[in-house]
Amino acid sequence: MLRYALLRLLGAIPTLLLVIVLAFLMVHAAPGGPFDDARSPHPEVLAAIEATYHLDEPVVQQLGRYLGGLLRGDLGPSFRYPDYSVSELIGIGFPASLKLGVLAMSLAILVGVSAGTFAALRQGSMTDRVVMSFSMTGISIPVFVVAPVLVLLFAVKLHWLPAGWSGSAGVAKYIVPVVTLALPQIAYIARLTRASMIEVLSRDFIRTARAQGLGTRAIIRIHALKPAMLPVLSYMGPAIAAILTGSVVVEQVFGIPGLGASFVNGALNRDYTLVLGIVIFYAALIIALNLVVDLLYGVIDPQVRQR
Amino acid sequence: MKWSAGILLFILLLAIVGPWASPHAFQDTNFDAVLRSPGIAEAHFFGTDEFGRDLFSRTLLGTRITLMVAVVASLVSLIIGVSYGAIAGYVGGRVDAVMMRFVDTLYAMPFIFFVILLMVTFEQNFLLIFVAIGAINWLDMARIVRGQTLSLRKREFIDAARLTGVGTARIIFRHIAPNLIGIVIVYLTLTIPQAILVESFLSFLGLGVQEPQTSLGSLVNGGVKQMEGAPWMLLIPAVLLATMLMCFNFLGDALRDFFDARHSL
Amino acid sequence: MKSLRLFLQTAVLIALAACGGPGVTDDRSAVLSRAISTDPETLDIHKARSLQALSVLRDIGEGLVSHNANGEMTPGVAESWEMSDDGLSYTFTLRADARWSTGEPVTAGDFVFAVERLKDPATGAFYAQFLSDVTGLEAVDDRTLLIRLAQPTPYLLSLLTHPATFPLHAGSLAANGDRFARPGNLVSNGAYRLVDWVPGSVITLKRNEHYWNNANTAIDEVRHLVLVQESTQLARYRAGEIDITSTVPSENFAQTRKDFGSELRIAPYQNVYYYGYNLRKPPFKDNQKLRQALSMAIDRDVLVDKVLGRGETPAYSWVPTGINGYVPTVFSYAALTQAERKQIARRLYKEAGYTESNPLEVEIRYNSSDTHRAIAVAVQSMWRDALGFDATLVNEEFQVLLANIRAGEVTQVFRSSWVGDYDDAHTFLSVFQSDSAANVPGYSSNEFDKLMMRASKQVDPDLRRAYLEEAERLLLEDHPVILIYFYGSKHLVSPRVEGWGDNLLDYHYSQHLSLKAAN
Repeated sequence: MLRYALLRLLGAIPTLLLVIVLAFLMVHAAPGGPFDDARSPHPEVLAAIEATYHLDEPVVQQLGRYLGGLLRGDLGPSFRYPDYSVSELIGIGFPASLKLGVLAMSLAILVGVSAGTFAALRQGSMTDRVVMSFSMTGISIPVFVVAPVLVLLFAVKLHWLPAGWSGSAGVAKYIVPVVTLALPQIAYIARLTRASMIEVLSRDFIRTARAQGLGTRAIIRIHALKPAMLPVLSYMGPAIAAILTGSVVVEQVFGIPGLGASFVNGALNRDYTLVLGIVIFYAALIIALNLVVDLLYGVIDPQVRQR
Repeated sequence: MKWSAGILLFILLLAIVGPWASPHAFQDTNFDAVLRSPGIAEAHFFGTDEFGRDLFSRTLLGTRITLMVAVVASLVSLIIGVSYGAIAGYVGGRVDAVMMRFVDTLYAMPFIFFVILLMVTFEQNFLLIFVAIGAINWLDMARIVRGQTLSLRKREFIDAARLTGVGTARIIFRHIAPNLIGIVIVYLTLTIPQAILVESFLSFLGLGVQEPQTSLGSLVNGGVKQMEGAPWMLLIPAVLLATMLMCFNFLGDALRDFFDARHSL
Repeated sequence: MKSLRLFLQTAVLIALAACGGPGVTDDRSAVLSRAISTDPETLDIHKARSLQALSVLRDIGEGLVSHNANGEMTPGVAESWEMSDDGLSYTFTLRADARWSTGEPVTAGDFVFAVERLKDPATGAFYAQFLSDVTGLEAVDDRTLLIRLAQPTPYLLSLLTHPATFPLHAGSLAANGDRFARPGNLVSNGAYRLVDWVPGSVITLKRNEHYWNNANTAIDEVRHLVLVQESTQLARYRAGEIDITSTVPSENFAQTRKDFGSELRIAPYQNVYYYGYNLRKPPFKDNQKLRQALSMAIDRDVLVDKVLGRGETPAYSWVPTGINGYVPTVFSYAALTQAERKQIARRLYKEAGYTESNPLEVEIRYNSSDTHRAIAVAVQSMWRDALGFDATLVNEEFQVLLANIRAGEVTQVFRSSWVGDYDDAHTFLSVFQSDSAANVPGYSSNEFDKLMMRASKQVDPDLRRAYLEEAERLLLEDHPVILIYFYGSKHLVSPRVEGWGDNLLDYHYSQHLSLKAAN
């Protein structure tokens, strides 16, 4: 398995390279530039700035320079924030996204898998419908509605929780953003769990187990849970990566300095290096998470391990 | 299932026929009648927005556009995702590895840039929203289908088919694909809300439908900002949106049960 | 499932770490929390370009001249100054007790050093041309600074309040190079010093004990919180978490006004909102009649009262009212009723060759924002109503819009605005000089350029003003842009904040504010 993992990681290098080149070309093809603003500097000054950042060179040469920097582990300076390097900005943004993401995902797995399994066991009953309807509200109402409504209710009206992130202390500030981020994930996970659980429960080996007189709890725990988690696992790789890099809306509404907000601002400001840095970080994260998911697949479903 | 289908059908009909029931055109502004609450006095059944535009007409127009986005985007993701995932999962080996690496690559692409570039290059073409949304959503579909196919192809009946000399393409489309229907439909009902939400996120970024056109997502987005002073601006489109999403979901569930039942026969 | 358990365990650990972490002390009673709508890009006085960066810089630095709470000029680092009779040289006397945050004295040499860096193209300063009329800067001694000018520049003092003209601490630049403006390195000479900056989140400032006017600075700690969304600012204000917002959302504004009464501070602001025409291409190239028709068909009162209603005023001139020593000229039709204007607009539209069967086809480009969208929707419907054509609305991302405006290929009508950099009509009128980089419509008039040139050479303030007013009159006749409205500045200011003064410049130095003790 270690050999497989190493091979996969080696195989990821061309993927990463392709991502970098594509992203680089796209970023540079977008109209405008990092130093375009409502009022432009004097041409001479602009030329000096562009020379400093090598923006006056042909794109291919810039790409070569950038890749050369990457080999030395240098993501370059941020164009928008001249006082900071891209690595520093990612270092500042990621912890917030990580804390939020891990908390939200844990909440989502806990609630989603339980709700999905619970509903699957009572397929077609009223309980099933009620549970699924509840979990479904998470994907029925957009995040940009949930977040302001929760803020209005719990922070502005009731004064139970803080309305924003920066300058607030303690755990309380995590509650609304984590719940907001988790709600849609709960819905997805619950539905995927329910669907695949129903499918698994109808398989022959479950019927056999049941015929042998095994209780429902034991059947779920020993036999059904693992295979039923396969589609959920498939979904988890990209979902975790996405949630870790942050939800733009949640970060904007709560003023959380996470990677999602940095990325969108970077894109809008044409902060080439920041955007590329986050893309590379994001790409590496996805590749790693997908590897983990595939390895888990092998652990859970022995049939897959054969290859 | 009947209920969900019925409600969806009703909403669909309303979206198509409704505009004739209102005396107000969706784009007409009236600055003397802004933020009117719903009522029949001036035939503003759903009230008016901050420009005095009739929200009944706008909501129906938005519903129509949202449905179009959702259906087209989901179809795009369905077609690309299922064929891609099934092929990768069934053929396996090196082909699978290469194909899934390609999916990883696309996953890691900066979506917002992709969309911004598309919008700039193709000059605000509305069709592109569909393509863009479909083009990201098929990735999830492909991964799920591939995962499912991977475990399916080791099952006895596939081996049996292969042993009796059935060709690869035939196995994929006649034996694998029908077994995927359950999970695909469930996932499709998940991509419809996703597509709708992505569309509204695009509108939120200013890359969606151009004014005075609208979508349910952008109506809800506008409504959030007025939620205290003019709650109807949020409530009506949000309830409609949530109802539609719920119905799609329940419909998907019911369909899945139906396919499952048929399959076990 | 082991991995899942591991994952959940990690999560719980992180949660605990989050709870147990040191966190921020939440004693806000002595801290002023004010919102800014975007991160400053840098606190390097020369590389800073956004209004948000400038507003933070006004808290941590100080120029020769400064402002009081009402936006009136007051002595800053300079305690006094003298102008020569020809208006071509100024002598400043610096305060003996002006100090850097390190305790070292601020000298005339620090200003010379800073201005040299500002003007050096290699620095990459956005405001490098700001002091282009300054031909010589000389530190006569540590406390005497001589500034020589190429032409009389009556707004020099106003320029010297701008952060781009603040002094620089040469020692910290030499020691830290490009990283001199970071927290921990930055040496400044204002009422506050930079303590911490978390990009995207918060900038923390603390009292500069060495500041010459430290005795009159009331608040010990100031936090500039980066809150991008207007609605977030409002929510946090209502939750009592910030004291001052940088703006107020347009939605539900009437309710906000009712809820907050005197906490809502609205004042005229020297920022004009306009629609530019692309004068390099048809249909607007050499088509003054069409340009005037479109401008007259817009009912600015409706826009200002019904669409916006947040303290904006209709714009009938390019230079806002209230600018130091200037009376703006207005459109010849400013006194007509809208019905009369509409009639003339229709006639001009016909004379320009358009009819109902041959309507104008035009696009309005604007960047994504609720206000811009609202104006565009309203203007579109006003044109439909008055002239009978349907403009197409094109909503673009800001950078795309800028690139399109600069290229001048696809744009027809585009949204833009201009904020004054200093308190003089020149900061507005110079935009339309043929060689100005800010002249985005591509307006070019020899006569206008000549008038501006004459004004620049003039020492006599009345004659200078007459030239400038004549230039503006000419400009308005030509309709190179559609003037729409002048912004209003709008803030929510907590009742516990004292010393707030509304002003045209919208400058609000933290040093002039104080906090009432909590009851």
